[in-house]
Amino acid sequence: MLEIKNLHAKIDDKEILRGINLTVKPGEIHAIMGPNGSGKSTLSSVLAGSDVYEVSEGSVSFYGKDLLALPAEDRAREGLFYSFQYPVEIPGVSMVNFMRTALNEHRKYNNLKPYTAGEFLKLMREKKNLVEIDSNLTNRSVNEGFSGGEKKKNEIFQMAMLEPRVAILDETDSGLDIDALRIVANGVNKLKSKDNATIIITHYQRLLDYIIPDFVHVLHNGRIVKSAGKELAFELEEKGYDWIKKEFED
Amino acid sequence: MAQDKDQILEEVTANEYKYGFSTEIETDTIPKGLNEDVVRIISAKKNEPEWMLEYRLTAFAHWKTMKQPDWAKLNIAEIDFQDIIYYAAPKQRPKLDSMDDVDPELRATFEKLGISLNEQKVLAGVTGVAVDAVMDSISVSTTFKETLAEKGIIFCSFSEAVQEHPDLVKKYMGSVVPYTDNFFAALNNAVFSDGSFAYIPKGVRCPIELSTYFRINAMNTGQFERTLIVAEEDSYVSYLEGCTAPQRDENQLHAAIVEIVAMQRAEVKYSTVQNWYPGDKNGKGGIYNFVTKRALCKGDYSKVMWTQVETGSAITWKYPSCILMGDHSEGKFYSVAVTNNYQQADTGTKMIHIGKNTRSLIVSKGVSAGKSQNSYRGLVRINKRAENARNYSQCDSLLMGDQCGAHTFPYLEINNSTAVVEHEATTSKIGEDQIFYCNTRGLSTEQAVGLIVNGYVKEVINQLPMEFAVEAQKLLQISLEGSVG
Ligand SMILES: Nc1ncnc2c1ncn2[C@@H]1O[C@H](COP(=O)(O)OP(=O)(O)OP(=O)(O)O)[C@@H](O)[C@H]1O
Ligand SMILES: [Mg+2]
Repeated sequence: MLEIKNLHAKIDDKEILRGINLTVKPGEIHAIMGPNGSGKSTLSSVLAGSDVYEVSEGSVSFYGKDLLALPAEDRAREGLFYSFQYPVEIPGVSMVNFMRTALNEHRKYNNLKPYTAGEFLKLMREKKNLVEIDSNLTNRSVNEGFSGGEKKKNEIFQMAMLEPRVAILDETDSGLDIDALRIVANGVNKLKSKDNATIIITHYQRLLDYIIPDFVHVLHNGRIVKSAGKELAFELEEKGYDWIKKEFED
Repeated sequence: MAQDKDQILEEVTANEYKYGFSTEIETDTIPKGLNEDVVRIISAKKNEPEWMLEYRLTAFAHWKTMKQPDWAKLNIAEIDFQDIIYYAAPKQRPKLDSMDDVDPELRATFEKLGISLNEQKVLAGVTGVAVDAVMDSISVSTTFKETLAEKGIIFCSFSEAVQEHPDLVKKYMGSVVPYTDNFFAALNNAVFSDGSFAYIPKGVRCPIELSTYFRINAMNTGQFERTLIVAEEDSYVSYLEGCTAPQRDENQLHAAIVEIVAMQRAEVKYSTVQNWYPGDKNGKGGIYNFVTKRALCKGDYSKVMWTQVETGSAITWKYPSCILMGDHSEGKFYSVAVTNNYQQADTGTKMIHIGKNTRSLIVSKGVSAGKSQNSYRGLVRINKRAENARNYSQCDSLLMGDQCGAHTFPYLEINNSTAVVEHEATTSKIGEDQIFYCNTRGLSTEQAVGLIVNGYVKEVINQLPMEFAVEAQKLLQISLEGSVG
């Protein structure tokens, strides 16, 4: 369970998150929508452990642990996954080597034996099929020269490999063609279980046709200003954000 | 949460040398200082023939007329050549017939380094690696000599070569690097302690990798290795050199010479992993490494390839070079130079094209962290009669943090209009976004740096023999431990 209480974060002296409250329980799917610049990616990176932002107030508990006290790598090993809005290219580092190191770090942290090369490759094949990612991509360097859509697929592939307890997907749907969108959504659905949860950040209701959220939240100016069921997404699609912005003009 | 970048960088550079220990083995040393008598003593201790002593004395006389060079990019404290011990040998020289005869202290030292002789022996048995381990100035253990002898290959210590193969030594020693070449080469010629000699006869492919581990160990002892490799027509050899040194407060001087002669169609690969004590994180101590490495591609179609992974030493000054004399001869230089803390490296190569249709390739990867300075300095010279010469150079620098420096000095001297010379250079930084991306996948910052750096240098590491490549990768990670971009 992920429990965010009154989370404030700033960069330089600019406060970007201004008191976020959100509870995500196992088995749930939460969608976070909101206008550009409202703080969705900031919230994601703060949770993932970016040290670009300074948390000035609030707390985050992750399965009973103080998430904010953990370094980014331990948050990942605890089972938090962050699919980047803009995945980063790492030239010269092969996907295979990258994933194998990552996965074995997770296993070490959880007192499990590292995978042998054979076991790892087998798992990788399985997950590749699950998310229908092109074999060529996993033979290349991490995200290097990947198209926008390929990068997003690669994020989902990594999620499949790491089997997180909570995954934050930051606009994973943007830049995907119709087929890729379906494939990625299918992947997310296949990986979904009663023990894990997903936070989907998106601008488009379209994705939510494939992945049905239990809750939809609207983030505006660093606060969650509205939460409701999936019908809220339709309303937003239709009316835009102006009515919400008006309601919350300070 | 926001961490001060400077503070992260402080932590980066707070990396201490892993191999800082010294072995307590009794050593037989002569007093500090250098004069003609010292040269005579060294020669006498090694029972050298008269001609060798004459050679040393000539070199010494010449050295006295020379001045220590003044380098633009290196910041070097004055070296007091009278404050150095020029000869040290382990007192009880172990017998060579068995590994078990090697001093246990010494074996333990190698074990700490992860290159135990036992392991080497096994390795050697399985994959065929011959080890000529050099402890200070004297070879202590040589394996596979017999196997090699069957093929007519000579692989022995330099001193032994002087005794057993004087004609070969006389013929080739100094033929590539004359004693007049430079200040440190002259010094080496006067006082060289020991080293390795390899001779591959005509038409013979050396069936195993020849390897030597060098290690400086005695207090205040300059080490003056010399290596001579002669590859006759149609022969092939791959030679590995690797070294680490224990932690010391005093700066230690190392001035080695490596000479390679490749005859017609001969091919020589020379790989180095250099990990000597780089000094502490405040820039105190560390080895001064001034090496002259040069290959003569004497015969047509001969090939020489230098591969080096340089992570150690406080100061590194070396330019493994190729003189491409034979027509169609080929020189390659692959280099990774890592500097951290206060290390300074000025390294590169010289490719001298003399013969027709000669080719050279230069791939240099510099990685700088901490407050270090890392320079690539390379010369490509195309002589007048070198028709159709080709060179391609690629020099990349990777920076970690903003307190280090990377510099590239490519020199071109082209005296033949048919030459095609290309040079490419890039500078990149390990991005914090790359590190963070890795962190979010469960990799620590150190692992992330290790992965990224190893990815960056892959092209060079891939040129190393397998066993070496693994060791080199470990080393890169160790030398950059704690580093962040
Ligand atoms: N590193 C940074 N430096 C300065 N300002 C930043 C930084 N990161 C985010 N911001 C600012 O914080 C605000 C929130 O940005 P964020 O990326 O979280 O928005 P978002 O909701 O993800 O928007 P989008 O829908 O466009 O992806 C923006 O005004 C942005 O300019
Ligand atoms: Mg965003």
